[in-house]
Amino acid sequence: MKKKIAMYWGAGCGGCDVSLLGVHEKLLDLLGEVDIVFWPCAMDFKYEDLEKMEDGSIDIAFYNGAIRTSENEEIAKLLRKKAKMLVAYGSCATEGCVIGLANLYAREEIFDAIYLNNETTPDGKIPSHELPEFLPVLKTLDSVVKVDAFIPGCPPPKPVLEAALNALLNGKTDFLSNLALCDECPRRDSKPDKLEINEIKRWHSSNDDGRCFLAQGIICMGLATRAGCKAECITASIPCTGCMGGVDGLSGVSAMSAIASLINGEDEEKERKIIESIEDVVGTFFKYSAAKLLPYGRVKDES
Amino acid sequence: MSFEPKIVAFLCNWCAYAGADLAGVSRLKYPANIIPIRVLCSGRIDPEFILHAFRNGADGVFIGGCHPGDCHYIKGNYHARRRILLTKKLLKEMGINEKRLRLEWVSATEGRKFANVVSQFVEEIRQLGPLEAKK
Ligand code: FES
Repeated sequence: MKKKIAMYWGAGCGGCDVSLLGVHEKLLDLLGEVDIVFWPCAMDFKYEDLEKMEDGSIDIAFYNGAIRTSENEEIAKLLRKKAKMLVAYGSCATEGCVIGLANLYAREEIFDAIYLNNETTPDGKIPSHELPEFLPVLKTLDSVVKVDAFIPGCPPPKPVLEAALNALLNGKTDFLSNLALCDECPRRDSKPDKLEINEIKRWHSSNDDGRCFLAQGIICMGLATRAGCKAECITASIPCTGCMGGVDGLSGVSAMSAIASLINGEDEEKERKIIESIEDVVGTFFKYSAAKLLPYGRVKDES
Repeated sequence: MSFEPKIVAFLCNWCAYAGADLAGVSRLKYPANIIPIRVLCSGRIDPEFILHAFRNGADGVFIGGCHPGDCHYIKGNYHARRRILLTKKLLKEMGINEKRLRLEWVSATEGRKFANVVSQFVEEIRQLGPLEAKK
């Protein structure tokens, strides 16, 4: 019997929906094996249709995007009820992703920046129509409902997605690599035996000489990020920013720990300068996992 | 009820923990607000330990290691120094007052210093008030 699958788009950019098309001709095989019973982005389904389905009647429900509105939350709970297996699809659903950085700010500050004090919004006012509530913080899927499997990535890279779909359709959930990205990095051989960072450089203002980014003083999250993407970014000469998440726990914490210890520490003053020069610690190390770092939003402890 | 700070103290086995022991056997007084956790070296302390403590109700985190040059594993305390510096930056961005994290060098003979810095730290945290990381 064909498996029934659903795909929902929560708070996200839409890239995840597109990434499913990125498996190219494999999609045709996939479509042959499954029945899509709900995919609002691609086909005409209404929430009512979903409500009418029997509980547990969907085999696999993929949820992409984070939970930012009451609507997102409602559908997450509904899908959980209707599906045997609920899968967090992509970085937003898994770790909150880039939009999770919004947890550094209060809801009022966000409204202020978007609606009230925004150059491109004259006479701004906060919309008062009947819209789903914008929740006080951004949540990841697993903080709202039980999740059976996670497909990381922003969006999930092709090799990861293929492995995941293959496994999930066969009832398996162990499709992720347990190695760090350095393991499959094309620049791996240029990593010196003893890495030492004497200066932190920003990628866009440095001349990439083709060696291991860390050896050049450019922060690369590869050392703490899960492998599996086949180092797509590095191949395109861009350091890893960690969208695949950590191998075990938050990649940001491991990367901070590792990179801090690689900094030249002969001289206390010098090491302080180097560390001070790391701008935006949350944005650098927790670009995709700020919602996990701050699940209740910014801490109020300014005193 | 008055506020009693909860402080997690990670102390390295070879210096700070021995210093704390010495404070004890010398019958020096210091507030009972600290929960000491012995680690082999201050270099063993991952920023995750610190975040974990804050997430689970600590109002302050104290880290005690050997003086520079004295680490039993040669460089562990230098690693700790850099990690704590970076972690303080992270805490600030998260909205947590960086004063809630403190690194001190305490040798095995410095029982008095241990009692002093802990007393000071407890007072400082008492002034700051409870950390409500869950709100
Ligand atoms: S053993 Fe004390 S800091 Fe390393």
